[in-house]
Amino acid sequence: MALSGMRGLSVFISDIRNCHNKEQERLRVDKELGNIRTRFKNEKGLSPYEKKKYVWKMLYIYMLGYDVDFGHMETVSLISAPKYPEKQVGYIVTSCLLNENNDFLRMVINTVRNDIIGRNETYQCLALTMVGNIGGKEFSESLAPDVQKLLISSSCRPVVRKKAALCLLRLYRKNPDVVNIDGWSDRMAQLLDERDLGVLTSVMSLFVSLVSNNAEAYWNCLPKCVRILERMARNQDIPQEYTYYGIPSPWLQVKTMRALQYFPTIEDPGARRALFEVLQRILMGTDVVKNVNKNNASHAVLFEALALVMHLDAEKEMMSQCVALLGKFIAVREPNIRYLGLENMSRMLLVTDVQDIIKRHQAQIITSLKDPDISIRRRALDLLYGMCDVTNAKEIVEELLQYLNTAEFAMREELSLKAAILAEKFAPDLSWYVDVILQLIDKAGDFVSDDIWYRVVQFVTNNEDLQPYAAAKAREYLDKPALHETMVKVSAYLLGEYGHLLARRPGCSPKELFAIINDKLPTVSTSTVAIILSTYAKILMHSQTPDVGLQQQILTIFKKYESYIDVEIQQRAVEYFELSRKGAALADVLAEMPKFPERESALLKKAEDAEVDTAEQSAIKLRSQQQTSTALVVADHPPVNGSVPASNHLTLVKMPSQNITEENNVTHEETPVEIPKENGAPVEVVSKVESIPETNIESKVEPPISQPASQADLLADLLGPLAIEGPSAAVEQSPVQGLEASQSPVGDLALATLEDQSNAVQPTVNVEEKFHILCSKDSGVLYEDPHIQIGLKAEWRAHHGRLVLFLGNKNTAPLVSVQALILPPSHLKVELSSVPDTIPPRAQVQIPLEIVNLRASRDVAVLDFSYTFGTALVNVKLRLPVVLNKFLQPITLSPEEFFPQWKALNVQPLKVQEVVKGVKPLPLPEMASLFMGLHLAVAPGLDTNPNNLVACTTFFSETTRAMLCLVRVETDPQDRTQLRLTVASGDQYLTFELKEFIKEHLIDIPRVQAAPAPVPVQPQLPPAVPATYNDPGAMLAGLL
Amino acid sequence: MIRFILLQNRQGKTRLAKYYVPLEDSEKHKVEYEVHRLVVNRDPKFTNFVEFRTHKVIYRRYAGLFFSMCVDITDNELAYLECIHLFVEILDHFFSNVCELDLVFNFHKVYLILDEFILAGELQETSKRAIIERMGELEKLE
Repeated sequence: MALSGMRGLSVFISDIRNCHNKEQERLRVDKELGNIRTRFKNEKGLSPYEKKKYVWKMLYIYMLGYDVDFGHMETVSLISAPKYPEKQVGYIVTSCLLNENNDFLRMVINTVRNDIIGRNETYQCLALTMVGNIGGKEFSESLAPDVQKLLISSSCRPVVRKKAALCLLRLYRKNPDVVNIDGWSDRMAQLLDERDLGVLTSVMSLFVSLVSNNAEAYWNCLPKCVRILERMARNQDIPQEYTYYGIPSPWLQVKTMRALQYFPTIEDPGARRALFEVLQRILMGTDVVKNVNKNNASHAVLFEALALVMHLDAEKEMMSQCVALLGKFIAVREPNIRYLGLENMSRMLLVTDVQDIIKRHQAQIITSLKDPDISIRRRALDLLYGMCDVTNAKEIVEELLQYLNTAEFAMREELSLKAAILAEKFAPDLSWYVDVILQLIDKAGDFVSDDIWYRVVQFVTNNEDLQPYAAAKAREYLDKPALHETMVKVSAYLLGEYGHLLARRPGCSPKELFAIINDKLPTVSTSTVAIILSTYAKILMHSQTPDVGLQQQILTIFKKYESYIDVEIQQRAVEYFELSRKGAALADVLAEMPKFPERESALLKKAEDAEVDTAEQSAIKLRSQQQTSTALVVADHPPVNGSVPASNHLTLVKMPSQNITEENNVTHEETPVEIPKENGAPVEVVSKVESIPETNIESKVEPPISQPASQADLLADLLGPLAIEGPSAAVEQSPVQGLEASQSPVGDLALATLEDQSNAVQPTVNVEEKFHILCSKDSGVLYEDPHIQIGLKAEWRAHHGRLVLFLGNKNTAPLVSVQALILPPSHLKVELSSVPDTIPPRAQVQIPLEIVNLRASRDVAVLDFSYTFGTALVNVKLRLPVVLNKFLQPITLSPEEFFPQWKALNVQPLKVQEVVKGVKPLPLPEMASLFMGLHLAVAPGLDTNPNNLVACTTFFSETTRAMLCLVRVETDPQDRTQLRLTVASGDQYLTFELKEFIKEHLIDIPRVQAAPAPVPVQPQLPPAVPATYNDPGAMLAGLL
Repeated sequence: MIRFILLQNRQGKTRLAKYYVPLEDSEKHKVEYEVHRLVVNRDPKFTNFVEFRTHKVIYRRYAGLFFSMCVDITDNELAYLECIHLFVEILDHFFSNVCELDLVFNFHKVYLILDEFILAGELQETSKRAIIERMGELEKLE
């Protein structure tokens, strides 16, 4: 049967087939399109048969890949034709040619509706099919009730009802509001009793979608699903035509088990038992057979059953059965099964604690990393990534690096990203981490984003022990003949900073360092030139007196670049040239970079944020989000992929030190760029307009830091009494939460940790300082003493917060009588899950805390924590960093949005203005960055007066919900110690609290005289950074 | 859910393309080109699954024809793989021993069959008999 019913169409297809080349084909197509176009123009002469024929031809041409930009109207109008043949063509071709956004579709909504509610079953089917395939939101709103009616009608034939079920699914996906949950759960339960398996298959797809959005509403359907599975598993009364190679509809089985994965648990013991029986039967009874199709079908069912077992938290025995099966699968030759084995192992890691068992298969998994099939390699890579922890990180990362040598282009980016993340997360020591990243840059520099090397610089800067090592490594790489530019950047930076530490080694004198870096200068891009110039300045500084020749060489280069095309370079060259003539003062100006503040790794965040696009939410993801609701003892780190990303925080914490030069501070922006990843999930790669190290150099060059600092001290002393008078009670009640408070010698420690801390055991960290650090970031150490370390990790979502306390026993003996109590202030609802009485030796316990912010307040929750070690009872009271800014989310408003709001709030208690005196004198950019740190988005340009600053943010609490807050600061350039602060929001209470909160951060606190150190003091940084602070693998690793 | 179904020959000529998600024409052409390139050179000993952008293509080769379905990464791969085979069996039954030429000259019939088999990106009917009978009914109406 090679000929269609339409001769003209067949002839045309034959003509196309007989074309010898593309050109001929195009000519033939163009001729035909011309013909159709003229025929459509004088439509009168067209018979229905001809119209039908032309429209099919159009579809054929379209399918060949040619643009068909006319005739849509004629096609769509066929839908309204009175006879079946034309109507059919109209419907089918329309749903191929147009998509849901096409305006022509709107014109036929009425016709389609008439067909759906009409009596003609064939028309109903055509209409349902088209709407099911390309129906958009508008169809959803106008047709959903009619489609629902057809689905539940007892007079419709199955052929209509199954189409109605899927058509409704489409409409529901376009607009979930069209299915009213209340009425539908009962109807759904009835529909699941359907005897016709075609209808049931369609209904089950609809059900999966409904239940994935709201499992709660469909509890009554759960037993029905179990019954369907039972019926199929026992092959009871399944018509022959619904078995596939002897297996009762594998698709319906899979769908049903998928639906069950959306119910959090199955409580009814009867249903649970029945279900486990079915699952057990599937797990045990699936054999490998010769017939490929039968094998695939039975394994489709088996893998779905595995997923369901994992979801249901089956008994240990059944779980280990699953792991054993997967272990078997990842070793088989059959590629599909091996692929699925690897994939399901990765999924299993997300839901259950099977890391140790899976580790036993590590060697096997690594073999798959070398499989010729990229699909398998990808799965192996994912699995290795998921199963990596401190114990196997070295081995796995080294495998990945080795693989990088041979990996094809398509995988290199993903590989290097994953290797970098693992190295950072689980590094057993920092020199290894540096090694890994340098190797990465060397082998796959194109795929190493700037984030990665910035991170190395941060770690090296913060770890003195690491500096000579890193510098020596960088020096080694420079000897290589071909070098990636990123390597030039990182090497130049490291050698500029720490090259002098190598001075006594061969080949590392300033002169030699300069020579080898200078070799690269002619071939690098502008951004690298900038770094190299800074490096030269540093080399110059370190070799001040002895080497006149070197000095001359460097100065010549500075001179040369003074007329460089790039302004940034010009400026650097000019400034460095001038500075270099300052003699001894140069050493102060170009001193070593200060330590970086701890910041969230952009990489890790990126990894957490990777998004997936699926029709229904992934059941596994839903489940992993529900997990860890009770305290549990874990011996390992939380799984890499298990944690839920905090959505409302920007990674980049602007540091005051970066913003000292006024003209520069505006350029610190992050521009997220979406780089499509070959395998799927888009990865957000953040590229900064200006690199972190560069800017720091910039700010170092400017000497004013020491000056304002000492000025500030002076003023602070003078204004001391004022400061107390100004903010009044606020300062005394709840200690100031800014970072700067940590420099106060007396500190407010006593206030928070209370007097009864006269324990024998003293904290080994500055608790006050830790608290302040955590006020501006979301993970870190809260408390530490010789026996225990308390870490904290927080996620904030609108007015909800989720805190996890990590209690790590540092001893080889258990800590007993562990107790934790939260004393929440009235504005917070805090729920603490149960705390185990004992922490085993060297173990870590996680205690999640759920927090709801009821309203704005500056009060702080206190954790009353105690334990006994040996005979010592230790009791501490720790403030929890649940402060106002955690519930703020910066928002950027345009002038058109801002001014109406600002005017609308012109009522006294909603908008409050105050002249604040005794303000710590800050340059405006620094104040802006202080605001950013508090989650107040500074909107440049909203206020035309350069001495003013306007900021916007959204505050979240249960009473206010999301509420816009607007802030304006007017400073007096003559007197920086006073300013006028205006705060406005829709809630007077919030306005007051926010105003006080900001005030607290603006008021200066008397601080100790800064020692006249050569290193300029960073006014807002905690001076000493404890060792754990620098640990790369999210510092929680240190808790073990 | 199935995002789209493609039927392409080894040269990359599209014999059937059905999209269940709204794509612009240019995007469709790109997708067809990319999917063809993705599957055509894969070794027959490889898996039938390839990652494609944020989704996954499940494909199977019958003589010179590639049947590809793009599905969500969380979907059950083997179920869709057999779904392809069931579709081929239906075509085979309908055309009694189907070959590429049948699909070329009767492409409009193939669309009709597909609409009875898959709707809204989900499986609608898995009984071969039901679909063949339904096609018989429809042919009588023409």
